[in-house]
Amino acid sequence: MSSTIRRRRLDLKSGRVDLSHGAGGRAMAHLIDEIFHAAFDNALLRAGNDQAAFAIDGGRMVMTTDGYVVSPLFFPGGDIGSLAVHGTINDVAMAGATPLYLSAGFIIEEGFAFADLKRIADSMGAASRAAGVPIVTGDTKVVERGKADGVFITTTGVGVAPADLVLSSELARPGDKVLLSGYIGDHGVAVMSQRQNLAFETSIVSDSAALHDLVAAMVAVAPQGLRVMRDPTRGGLAATLNELAQQSGVGFRLDEDAVPIRPEVAAACELLGLDPLYVANEGKLIAIVAPEAAETLLAAMRAHPLGRDAALIGEVIADDHHFVQMTTSFGGGRIVDWLSGEQLPRIC
Amino acid sequence: MKYVDEYRDGKVARQIAAAIAEAADPARLYHFMEFCGGHTHAISRYGLEDLLPPNVRMVHGPGCPVCVLPIGRIDMAIRLAQRPEVTLCTYGDLMRVPGSHGASLLRAKAAGADIRMVYSTLDAIAIAEAEPAREVVFFAIGFETTTPPTALAVKLARAKGLTNFTVFCNHVLTPPAIRGILEAPQTGDAAAVALDGFVGPAHVSAVIGSDAFAGFAQEFAKPVVVAGFEPLDVIQAILMLIRQVNDGRHQVENQYIRAVTGEGNRRAQAEVAEVFELRDSFEWRGFGAVPASGLKLRESYAAFDAERRFTMPEISAADNPACECGTILRGIKRPTDCKLFGTLCTPETPMGSCMVSSEGACAAHWTYGRFRDHARRAVA
Repeated sequence: MSSTIRRRRLDLKSGRVDLSHGAGGRAMAHLIDEIFHAAFDNALLRAGNDQAAFAIDGGRMVMTTDGYVVSPLFFPGGDIGSLAVHGTINDVAMAGATPLYLSAGFIIEEGFAFADLKRIADSMGAASRAAGVPIVTGDTKVVERGKADGVFITTTGVGVAPADLVLSSELARPGDKVLLSGYIGDHGVAVMSQRQNLAFETSIVSDSAALHDLVAAMVAVAPQGLRVMRDPTRGGLAATLNELAQQSGVGFRLDEDAVPIRPEVAAACELLGLDPLYVANEGKLIAIVAPEAAETLLAAMRAHPLGRDAALIGEVIADDHHFVQMTTSFGGGRIVDWLSGEQLPRIC
Repeated sequence: MKYVDEYRDGKVARQIAAAIAEAADPARLYHFMEFCGGHTHAISRYGLEDLLPPNVRMVHGPGCPVCVLPIGRIDMAIRLAQRPEVTLCTYGDLMRVPGSHGASLLRAKAAGADIRMVYSTLDAIAIAEAEPAREVVFFAIGFETTTPPTALAVKLARAKGLTNFTVFCNHVLTPPAIRGILEAPQTGDAAAVALDGFVGPAHVSAVIGSDAFAGFAQEFAKPVVVAGFEPLDVIQAILMLIRQVNDGRHQVENQYIRAVTGEGNRRAQAEVAEVFELRDSFEWRGFGAVPASGLKLRESYAAFDAERRFTMPEISAADNPACECGTILRGIKRPTDCKLFGTLCTPETPMGSCMVSSEGACAAHWTYGRFRDHARRAVA
């Protein structure tokens, strides 16, 4: 992203991306300047280098990257742009880190409307400013029609965690408690409701949100009680807990009645034949915590707007088979297994 | 969720479980088959097994349409989808069902076939209307529940004058399958367990009516309780079956009165009868050929029959010989008795029909219940 050209050259109302906007020439400079720089404006980006250089304070560096290919691009409660900011911030935050900077890479399909691109860029700019995590460098590519689906976005995030705070997926141990920050399944159902062949009316909006502030509130009250934090995105709560069970070499026992699911989400899932445990979230976290810190952490979560509906949903158990088990609302037992195949295509 | 949560109430479930514990005679065994995959799923998903006394056992029946579709029919659908002019519309659960040599609709789609997942027959009609240059084929499967929507789609296609819409018909009937189970050979390796009764189909019965089961109940002296798919429906039906067995009765009782009547849905039956007629015989995966158990389009609707529109040679393909699906579907063996279960055969790589859909006996046990096997082994 390097350009200082200021004159308006793009027809933002009815213009479209063509191959010249990815060719490295003046047209590309206009695109970057009028859409991306305008939306993400900050001092590091304005320097116009191919990279951003910045000083960091002592601690451990945290870095992550994530690609976003959600379809449709706009959905109730967000769009691919806000998702690309929130999702990557959350991946940094799950290490207990303070996210500092983001990069953004765009792969744009020939023919994509400037108006939509601007809407997405503005949404990213707004999300990054609201989170206090600027987008400081980026990349733009244009591919021929049919080689992408509108726009794909990749964001990279860096952050810093305190030197003595180590959260990692192999640290869950029997007796630990499982905390969940709120209602599950909102994002996946909101996206599904907009699918062309599936459109249904619902009041559900995506939960897409940056969670670093909630994480900071948790780290502030009981840093030593935190073992693992994860945001249950694709594959939902079920996939995340199964991964953790493998990585920590433990099992889980959940209480079905304790897992917060909105009636609207439960109803939509009922209709579509889905299990909310497998549906994606974009603004929720799971924390595996030491039993003695569980109450303190739960209270801190509930005191934060993004953790208002937090709940203790189960515990870590010793299990050589690494099963995620659940006591059903009936009092019977079941496994919450890995998802076989695909439940929802491309929702993040 | 109103009208659903009432049927998933854990407190009521525990009351019924207590009534079952009291009613079940500890001196005898009770073996009941739930025919439908929907019941199998509810039993596994809610852990109902844990609420039943050890002498009350559920045998998982063949009522999962995806599971009983033979490999050959999947192969035929894949071949059809590979034709350049064809757009194959299918319900999502068929996508991963394995055909011969690891082929599946999902893989065929990845290789370029135009295969689209639809939620309703009307979606397929809409595609045919929107894309008149494509030959749109609806891959129709299912029991009596999904047959009326297919019949309506065919009639709608005719009313709209569509010439590019056909149906690859694989609809099957419930009563002949239940009869097949009851008439199963009682000798040698295949000695069937003595079933004491059936949890009768839910949605199927809403269409065909609970009276449709009166014949077997009398002929084979087996009680049938038609039940809904919610977990409370199932557990209540089990209690009703136990009481019938204890009383020496073999009646058709209807637990699912909120949806099922004795005569069923006459309108739906009439629509189906107008469009479809019986095949002499149809192959069921795990069962083999079952006489008068499948439907095809009537001559008067031949223009909408994919098997007549396209050259579709019958393909017959055998299951893995080690696969126990046939005996599991008849209740003779349990999933864990199969040496492929959980080793070569898992939901990711299903070898046999029972592992194919989450409603299949093996997949349900693997997905929801296999922790019990380890617990049992640990106790032993």
